[in-house]
Amino acid sequence: MTHAVLSEEIPYTVEARPDTGLFNAKLGIWLFLASEVMLFGAFFSSYIMLRVGATEWPSGLLSVPMGTFNTFLLASSTITVVMAWFSLRLGDFSKFKLYQGVTVLLAVAFLVVKGFEYRDKLTHYWVRLADGTELTGHIEGRPFNWSTATLHDPAFGLTEIVFHPDAGHAHAAKGEATEAAPVATHHSLKLPVSQIERLESFGPWHNTFLALYFTMTGLHVLHVMGGALVLAYFWGPGSRMWKTDPRRFVNRVEVSGLFWHFVDLVWIFLFPTLYLI
Amino acid sequence: MPTCPFGPIGGPLMSTTVASHPGAVAEPAPHTHPEPGFLRKYVFSVDHKVIGIQYGITALVFLFLGFSLIALMRWQLAYPGQPIPVIGRLLEWMLGPEMASQGIMSPDLYNSFGAMHGTIMIFLGVVPLAVGAFGNYLVPLQIGAPDMAFPKLNAASYWCYFVGGVVMLASFFIPGGAAKSGWTSYSPLAVIADMAHRWDGQTFWLLGMVILITSSLLGSINIITTIIQLRAPGLDWMRLPFFVWAQLVTSFILLLAFPPLQAAGLMQFMDNVVGTSFFLPSGLVVAGQPLEVSGGGSALLWQHLFWFLAHPEVYVLILPAMGIVAEIIANNTRKPLWGYKSLVYGSMAIGFISFLVWAHHMYLTGMGQTISTFFQTTTMLISIPSVIILTALLVSLWGGSIRFNTPMLFALSFLPMFGIGGLTGLPLGLGATDIQLHDTYYVIGHFHYVVAPGTIFALFAGIYYWYPKVTGRMMNEFWGRVHWAISLLCMNLIFLPMFIQGLEGMHRRMYDGGATYAAAEGVAGLSQLALKLNVSISHAAWLLGLAQIPFIVNFFWSIRHGRKAESDNPWCATTLEWATPTPPPHGNFPEPVAVYRGPYEYSVPGRPRDYLMQHEPDQA
Amino acid sequence: METTITKLLRLPPLVSEHGAAIDRLLLYIHLLMFVLFIGWGAYFLYVLWRFHQRRQPKADPIGARTHVSSYLEVGVAVVEGILLFGLALPIWSRTAIASNFPSPEESTVVRVIGRQFNWMARYPGPDGVFGRASPKLVGPDNPLGIDRDDPAAADDILLESSEIVVPVDKPVIAYVSSLDVMHSFSVKPLRVTQDAIPGLSNPVWFKPVKTGTYQITCAQLCGNGHYSMRGFLRVLPQDEYEQWLAQQSPRAADTSGYE
Ligand code: HEA
Ligand code: HEA
Ligand code: CUA
Ligand SMILES: [Cu+2]
Repeated sequence: MTHAVLSEEIPYTVEARPDTGLFNAKLGIWLFLASEVMLFGAFFSSYIMLRVGATEWPSGLLSVPMGTFNTFLLASSTITVVMAWFSLRLGDFSKFKLYQGVTVLLAVAFLVVKGFEYRDKLTHYWVRLADGTELTGHIEGRPFNWSTATLHDPAFGLTEIVFHPDAGHAHAAKGEATEAAPVATHHSLKLPVSQIERLESFGPWHNTFLALYFTMTGLHVLHVMGGALVLAYFWGPGSRMWKTDPRRFVNRVEVSGLFWHFVDLVWIFLFPTLYLI
Repeated sequence: MPTCPFGPIGGPLMSTTVASHPGAVAEPAPHTHPEPGFLRKYVFSVDHKVIGIQYGITALVFLFLGFSLIALMRWQLAYPGQPIPVIGRLLEWMLGPEMASQGIMSPDLYNSFGAMHGTIMIFLGVVPLAVGAFGNYLVPLQIGAPDMAFPKLNAASYWCYFVGGVVMLASFFIPGGAAKSGWTSYSPLAVIADMAHRWDGQTFWLLGMVILITSSLLGSINIITTIIQLRAPGLDWMRLPFFVWAQLVTSFILLLAFPPLQAAGLMQFMDNVVGTSFFLPSGLVVAGQPLEVSGGGSALLWQHLFWFLAHPEVYVLILPAMGIVAEIIANNTRKPLWGYKSLVYGSMAIGFISFLVWAHHMYLTGMGQTISTFFQTTTMLISIPSVIILTALLVSLWGGSIRFNTPMLFALSFLPMFGIGGLTGLPLGLGATDIQLHDTYYVIGHFHYVVAPGTIFALFAGIYYWYPKVTGRMMNEFWGRVHWAISLLCMNLIFLPMFIQGLEGMHRRMYDGGATYAAAEGVAGLSQLALKLNVSISHAAWLLGLAQIPFIVNFFWSIRHGRKAESDNPWCATTLEWATPTPPPHGNFPEPVAVYRGPYEYSVPGRPRDYLMQHEPDQA
Repeated sequence: METTITKLLRLPPLVSEHGAAIDRLLLYIHLLMFVLFIGWGAYFLYVLWRFHQRRQPKADPIGARTHVSSYLEVGVAVVEGILLFGLALPIWSRTAIASNFPSPEESTVVRVIGRQFNWMARYPGPDGVFGRASPKLVGPDNPLGIDRDDPAAADDILLESSEIVVPVDKPVIAYVSSLDVMHSFSVKPLRVTQDAIPGLSNPVWFKPVKTGTYQITCAQLCGNGHYSMRGFLRVLPQDEYEQWLAQQSPRAADTSGYE
């Protein structure tokens, strides 16, 4: 009987089942990725529906160089993660360590860049004054994510803010991406709090585009974090299994690699959708 | 009454394999490991059978809760504005006077209870029972596997479900109360229903849903992998019991339909908590004030995403039920299912088409010709595989030697009840007639016939049928019949009059049961009969609740005091779950099994016994 | 015929032109359902009796040998197809598709706006043009934010009393929308239902054929006042309607709050 295993043990955890050619975890991850496709698919469909129905759609809010750089990071990591698995299949554990380590570092770098991008958005403001004027720009000191409520919060004790309006929208977006200093320093305004009717940063609440941007990339970031944690675990403590159960370890690395490819793939769709078109 | 001594061709009651474990009821299962502690064994177990039981008990509790909510709502519908006796005061004390002052249900409380009745019944009651409990317990057994493919994920799935349920329950007690915008949670209402609280019932609902969806994703990956990978040698696709097929299709639906709701849930969560406007169009004016949000969203987007899940979800409610009914009918007619292949292909067709009909819930949102033609056509199309499945089950009865035990009574009742529910889906599926019936009690009648006397009856049938597998004892037959008879009567007294109310134009989710719209001097409206039916429906609903007492007592009493099952296979069934000791030990099959035949070889001519189990070799 | 159907199915009295077709379709589909249910039900009861263990101690493993059921399945599919393509879709395209509506010139055009928890009706006034509106202008005495600088708005009539008045025997085109959450504009005797969705303005049309007052039901859960969000549709003879229209001052309150 082909079933010659201890009956309490689950078959095909390591070996592939002959008629399907898959071991359990590999089928499992493919199924999981199918559901992930539906998850992100729903977001992309929502993007299309919301954009088609929109009267205006902001452009140039995001920094294309930063996005491109991040695309490059993830694309590289998708190669190193294959190399890691491949090295392991060839039995070269130290090469595996190297490539897996690089993959994790690339993931971390991606997250750091993303963090800077988020920060740029959340220190960039839109105000509406009592007379109806609307301005976008930075507040002196680049405070993080204030809202109308902050202005009236006694803990901040604000009576006025110094505001540096953007010179021009598209220009400002590019400028702020590369320099840490406020962009449009050529003139600044003192705005009494009493005159400000509404203040908000360029967070997800500001418009539908940013809502989609933060939600979609935010979910992607969670995937990157999750993936990086797993990869780091197999790089670190998890790699001890290489000594005790190498075949299983290779399987695990392969499965986590499949997930990582998917995370990269999602970004390959996110980048043009949000940054370019 | 003995359970298995049918017909003149009785022969030895037990198959040879089974006979090697006589009296396994009392003996502790043979174990290769030291006995694990109580917590590991019953609480944090990774054994699919324990997890299945956990799912089952939790889901039954939720089912009961879902019923309790509707029982209270039915008071308000029958006697609008009158204090609920006794329990009203309790509600006031628990939920605060703004919810139930003087024991009178407030409109907000009514809406909360309505939304939570739907949510609890579907997501916390029926699906966990049908897939979590029955699927978990039976699928590995029926395919001859030692466990699920991923036992730890399985446990994680249960605990996610548990936490999700706790979050949902907790929401009753937060300021503002539980979600109150229907189980459909249409935006913008869901977002603005409770503006006073940012972390309101709706937010809890969304959190709970996200956790529940995670649970069902883990569960469905597990079930699919298990079925594809762990089938015993010889168990080809066309030898799978239909129940396994039903679970497979169901799991695919769960796997692919739930993520869009996850996405939608995240977006509504952002709308609720972070202040985005995914589903809030520009220019909203609430209570005379323009709403301070960025706008630019789409209210219809939510509906599309919601129904993209929620329509397939209703087939998640029905397919496992059909699976259970098919097993029980085959067993109790003592003959193979008629048209096994059409059942299999029919359920696949349902699974597939169910992704293409969602907008039939949205005919009146202002659809164009092309889209509505498409969805009306697919809706008519999806009724065909249902007709095929039902026909196959009905024809299966022909020529059988029908035993009328409690499981069979429930399973048989499923057929005409699902028939009524399914047939009343047709006028809803045509846009032109849906104009009149949309969101009336006709819809309530339609879907309750499929889920209550349909699915719930199938689940009852399954509980009575597999009880001896789990406990080694039979449930009491007499009280089972009492439970069945009263339940069947009450279900019809509750849901049949709803079609009349619906055709007259009584709308759902009406706090006063439609009293506002009663016919008045010179103005056409609901008849007195329609309003009086509210009262009789409510009485029938409460009686239905009482009719569950014999069941609940029977359920718990029989664990220790029920009649012992004569063997490991008390119903003389053919499928593999009956080839294990009772209850099955950790790892299920003491020796590896192989399969030699199809799932329903009953009454094979020329055999001494009227059934051949799947693992019995041919030369038997 | 129509009243028979109405009585048989316990539908509300029928007062619109297109409603007859809907009622007929309702009847046909219920006949199909009824036939199927009775047919299968009779078979079902017979089988339960005939093949009771007592009468049939030994099962026949093959069971039914005919193909009747397949023909039946095909039959059901065909009838469904006929009902769908022969009746349902034509009704739909006539009643729900804006390009097939009667022309606005020969109809009464009105906007129906739902809000928590009542209905507003807006008429374009003698010029037949609705004035601009913007949420920025919304205020206590201007619930729709009508722009009073727009000359087209000057003669617009706004009813805030959950009452809509239309003339009989003339098509009515109603643009249904909402200010806050989803509502649904449903007049059962007219066989009309249209969701009122914020951000959208969905047209429906109907031709009332009988004068009288009919209830408007809010058919979509819209909050804790949903159950009481009732309105009235008054169908008047043409001359009375014109009289009534003449009495309506365009936004009577306007002059006080403005300037
Ligand atoms: C298990 C659940 C379930 C099932 C199986 C179905 C099955 C079907 N449903 Fe239903 N439906 C719901 C659950 C379900 N539904 C729910 C929960 C809602 C409301 C949601 C909400 O708004 O809150 C809903 C609402 C709903 C609507 C929207 C109504 C509205 O809001 O206006 C529509 C419209 O097309 C519809 C259609 C159908 C159709 C065509 C089928 C078909 O698949 C049915 C096919 C079956 C048959 C045609 C029966 C065949 C039987 C026989 C031929 C023999 C019978 C005789 C004997 C045995 C005697 N359903
Ligand atoms: C699976 C789904 C399901 C089930 C089974 C039910 C079951 C029932 N429902 Fe439900 N219902 C919905 C799903 C369901 N419902 C949904 C989705 C809505 C729409 C909500 C909305 O508007 O958003 C709805 C709305 C709804 C309404 C309309 C409310 C309104 O519009 O205002 C009504 C009115 O009577 C109603 C009644 C009932 C009744 C009497 C039952 C009975 O059949 C209940 C029968 C159940 C029991 C009798 C409990 C059995 C319990 C046990 C056996 C426990 C045993 C315990 C142990 C052993 C521990 N339901
Ligand atoms: Cu408005 Cu319900
Ligand atoms: Cu549906």
